[in-house]
Amino acid sequence: MSAAPRVVVVGAGEAGARAAMALREAGHVGEVVLLGAEAHAPYERPPLSKAAIVDDEPAFPAIAAAADLAGRGVEHRRGATVVAIDRAAGEVALADGGRVPYGRLILATGAEPRRLAIPGGEHALTLRDWGDAARIRRHLAPGARLCVIGAGFIGLELAASARARGCAVSVIEPLPRPLVRAVPAPLAERLAARHRAEGVDLRCGIGVASIAVERDGEPFTIALTDGTTLGADLVVAGIGASPRVELAKAAGLAIDNGIAVDGAMRTSDPRVFAIGDCASYPLALLDGRRVRLESWRNAQQQGERAARAIAGDEPGVAAPSDAVPWFWSDQYDLHLQIAGLPDGAAPFVERPLGDGAIMLLQAAPDGRLLAAAALGPLGAVARDMRIVETLIARRARPDMAALADPATKLKGLLR
Amino acid sequence: MAGNWVDACAAGDIDQEDVIRFDHSGRTFAIYRSPDDSYFATDGLCTHEQVHLADGLVMDEIIECPKHNGRFDYRTGAAKGAPVCVDLKTYPVKVEGGRVMIDLG
Ligand SMILES: Cc1cc2nc3c(=O)[nH]c(=O)nc-3n(C[C@H](O)[C@H](O)[C@H](O)COP(=O)(O)OP(=O)(O)OC[C@H]3O[C@@H](n4cnc5c(N)ncnc54)[C@H](O)[C@@H]3O)c2cc1C
Ligand code: FES
Repeated sequence: MSAAPRVVVVGAGEAGARAAMALREAGHVGEVVLLGAEAHAPYERPPLSKAAIVDDEPAFPAIAAAADLAGRGVEHRRGATVVAIDRAAGEVALADGGRVPYGRLILATGAEPRRLAIPGGEHALTLRDWGDAARIRRHLAPGARLCVIGAGFIGLELAASARARGCAVSVIEPLPRPLVRAVPAPLAERLAARHRAEGVDLRCGIGVASIAVERDGEPFTIALTDGTTLGADLVVAGIGASPRVELAKAAGLAIDNGIAVDGAMRTSDPRVFAIGDCASYPLALLDGRRVRLESWRNAQQQGERAARAIAGDEPGVAAPSDAVPWFWSDQYDLHLQIAGLPDGAAPFVERPLGDGAIMLLQAAPDGRLLAAAALGPLGAVARDMRIVETLIARRARPDMAALADPATKLKGLLR
Repeated sequence: MAGNWVDACAAGDIDQEDVIRFDHSGRTFAIYRSPDDSYFATDGLCTHEQVHLADGLVMDEIIECPKHNGRFDYRTGAAKGAPVCVDLKTYPVKVEGGRVMIDLG
């Protein structure tokens, strides 16, 4: 019998850290080396646009303390940036010239915020890591003027957090409404209305032409495509992120909107896995269609899935994943949850949830429940969303009229 | 030592396989009724981000946090995996004369 292989994980974020810990839970006895470019213990990113902006001295949202990792026999190296993968030798090369041999390799490199491709676009900050959040927070004194470019999740959460700090906030979105791709229109419109009621100057259907610094005493002057300008003390771009695939691409691994993996997170090289924001995988829920998700639970689940495949030495190509995509966002006291991947063009059934919350549900033509999204106070949204997510996972074909009726207790549908 | 038993609610106030929130002297607790009709009590806030567990879903012996679905065994308080890693504190419970009493120690 050969010894258990050494597993090297590249990227100590949500997916990489979970994979390293899950390897032990899955019974892997070989070495685990977690290589992370950042100088910190692994931490959660969702608080970066929420508590890490709102609080003056936010708690560091550690996923695992150094002691937890060491206790599980995970060797975490901070400030260790991988610059190349040598698949023939079974090694990765580090920026400092070191080389680390692997038996199995897990790529968990995450995604890189997109930069604005306009004159002066480099003056807009982006929000991806703990250092970014600290830098942005330092500029957000009460009364400071923040201009957010892009009304996606991170931009809208940052806008809500900056309002909580007493800043004046404008949000510029080139599309006709916020969150066009991810969120059903009725919920996105409710969110937009709430931002406006909170005093956010949310402008949709307008692009940004350029950003100038230190002009006429203004720290930043943002020229919009309708010919108007806006002054600001800080500009942050939240216009999405691209998967970090350069290492995988240079090593000749298959790329398809992210590092392409099978349902067990295995790349085109059976010794190399990819997980989290950098990976695209086939989803059984969508009949095997390949998707790349940027979500916290996705990162965790893929880390755990890769760990099981490695610890169990699973052979062959795995079937599409039976995971149900799940995402949440917090803005003011509103909690948004999405299960499945809602299709904005297909019809929804609406279920009122109490406390002003609503849920929208979507079924496939064959009656299979496909997706749901709900918005409102956490207490009004969470239980029903969890039950509906379970129904989606079970491929249930519930009576949609019954789902829409608030008198129907959803928990009964689980039995 | 004599306990510090507090009357929390009527036994019938909690549905089977469900949970309610109970606030007492500035603290918050969660009180559970299991599918086989036993009662349990834990601290009321999730150990991940301080959210009220009573808004979560009870399934068998598990309470799932409403926010990120962290799971605890409400009988022992044991955290059952990511993202929760710190156990919940539990409290002794007894049912007397149709009232649920919890011992806050
Ligand atoms: C501000 C913000 C708010 C969010 N809010 C939510 C939310 O509310 N709900 C939700 O579901 N999701 C949310 N997300 C998404 C979620 O955090 C991500 O999907 C998740 O972090 C992805 O995990 P990952 O491990 O794939 O990538 P990351 O967490 O980004 O980790 C990747 C790590 O790899 C390191 N790395 C990259 N290249 C190398 C290299 N060559 N060598 C060594 N290390 C390398 C990076 O430094 C980084 O530490 C949010 C994300 C952000 C940024
Ligand atoms: S707050 Fe309970 S799991 Fe995060």
